[in-house]
Amino acid sequence: MPFRLEIVTPEKRAYADDVDFATLPGSEGELGVLPHHAPLISILGAGELRVRKGGVEESFAIIGGFVQVLPDKVVVMAETADLASEIDLERAQEARHSAERALEAGIVEPVDLAQARAELQAALVRIRVAERRHREGPHRRG
Amino acid sequence: MASQRDIRRRIGAVRNIKQITRAMQFVAASKLRRAQDATLAARPYAEKLDEVLADLAAVLGDEHHPLLARPEGGTRLLVVITTDRGLAGPLNTNTIRFALKEAAEFDGRLTTVTVGRKGRDAIRRTGIPIAAHFNGFGDKPSFADVTPLSRLVSDDFLAGTYGQIDLIFPKFVSTLVQRPTAEQLLPIRPGEDAHGVPGHQFIFEPNPAAVLRQLLPRYVATRIYQAILETTASEMSSKMVAMKSATENAEELIEDLTLSYNKVRQTNITREMIEIASGARAGR
Repeated sequence: MPFRLEIVTPEKRAYADDVDFATLPGSEGELGVLPHHAPLISILGAGELRVRKGGVEESFAIIGGFVQVLPDKVVVMAETADLASEIDLERAQEARHSAERALEAGIVEPVDLAQARAELQAALVRIRVAERRHREGPHRRG
Repeated sequence: MASQRDIRRRIGAVRNIKQITRAMQFVAASKLRRAQDATLAARPYAEKLDEVLADLAAVLGDEHHPLLARPEGGTRLLVVITTDRGLAGPLNTNTIRFALKEAAEFDGRLTTVTVGRKGRDAIRRTGIPIAAHFNGFGDKPSFADVTPLSRLVSDDFLAGTYGQIDLIFPKFVSTLVQRPTAEQLLPIRPGEDAHGVPGHQFIFEPNPAAVLRQLLPRYVATRIYQAILETTASEMSSKMVAMKSATENAEELIEDLTLSYNKVRQTNITREMIEIASGARAGR
């Protein structure tokens, strides 16, 4: 039985559809959600969110978020959510290099340091999700 | 009286102005649509955060996070949001007047953080201290743009620099009405207009306090982001209306000038005819 999955970010509703199964990057490890999961609110780590709908799998790179699981609905609130097929791998690599360079150059301001680390992490997650997608292609499972 | 050629030149100039204001009106109209879409698109996330905050408040007591607690006394901070560019009708003037009234009615120490050049310029002249200034969010502000501002005010609040932080911005009511509004940003007052999902006992992972810690900074950033989106929508609609009336004024002016042009032309023709007629009579 499918359930409703919504992914919202501060800028837009990134996804809203009925899906069969979803795997979320929980802060304490992977979090699989099937229909009729118990009501839950959890922090999400930066990572990959995978959804399966009618045998087709899609994945998102999720950064900085929460999930609210209701009996009939799952809502993911993330700072950014990028569909794997729409990630610009080159740009992500560039972002990674510039963040790494900034970190190597030595940052004094704690605010800038946090910013650079966050950017590096975001770039790494996007790269990982996009590369996995390139390697395996869109999933089709019976 | 101005010569025929002078008037013709002025008509040409006004016509050019009219073309420009008209173009600006249409640009503002299309940007307004985009700004309204962005405001609407940002709503589900904000509503969801409100809801989760209310769910958390149901489980936790009040004093679980310093962003929720009201410290004793302390300076009040006004975050005054205006636009970078002018030609937006009375929008910035109204917002600044509202902010200065708030400041005047508050007896205690008060500081401002300004967003947008217009507000900074006006507040600088009054001598009210400006702790920081941000500009250049542009016509399409992104959430990432807001993060530095949000982090600054949250950090300062946590450090005890401020006792209360309010946002002052022109709220977008309709295309014709933008109302300067003050909204308390910090300390956060949860659950006033937000309702959690009733009847659910949520499991919190890893625990409610940790979820709250992650949630609050994003809540603050989202509130600021929404205020900035509202300001952009207000700016565009105010600009659209201002440019529309400028275009209409230009049209009126062209009509007036055309009338005087015709009068001058008529007078000249009459005078020439009299001259010719009297010349002919004299020659007879």
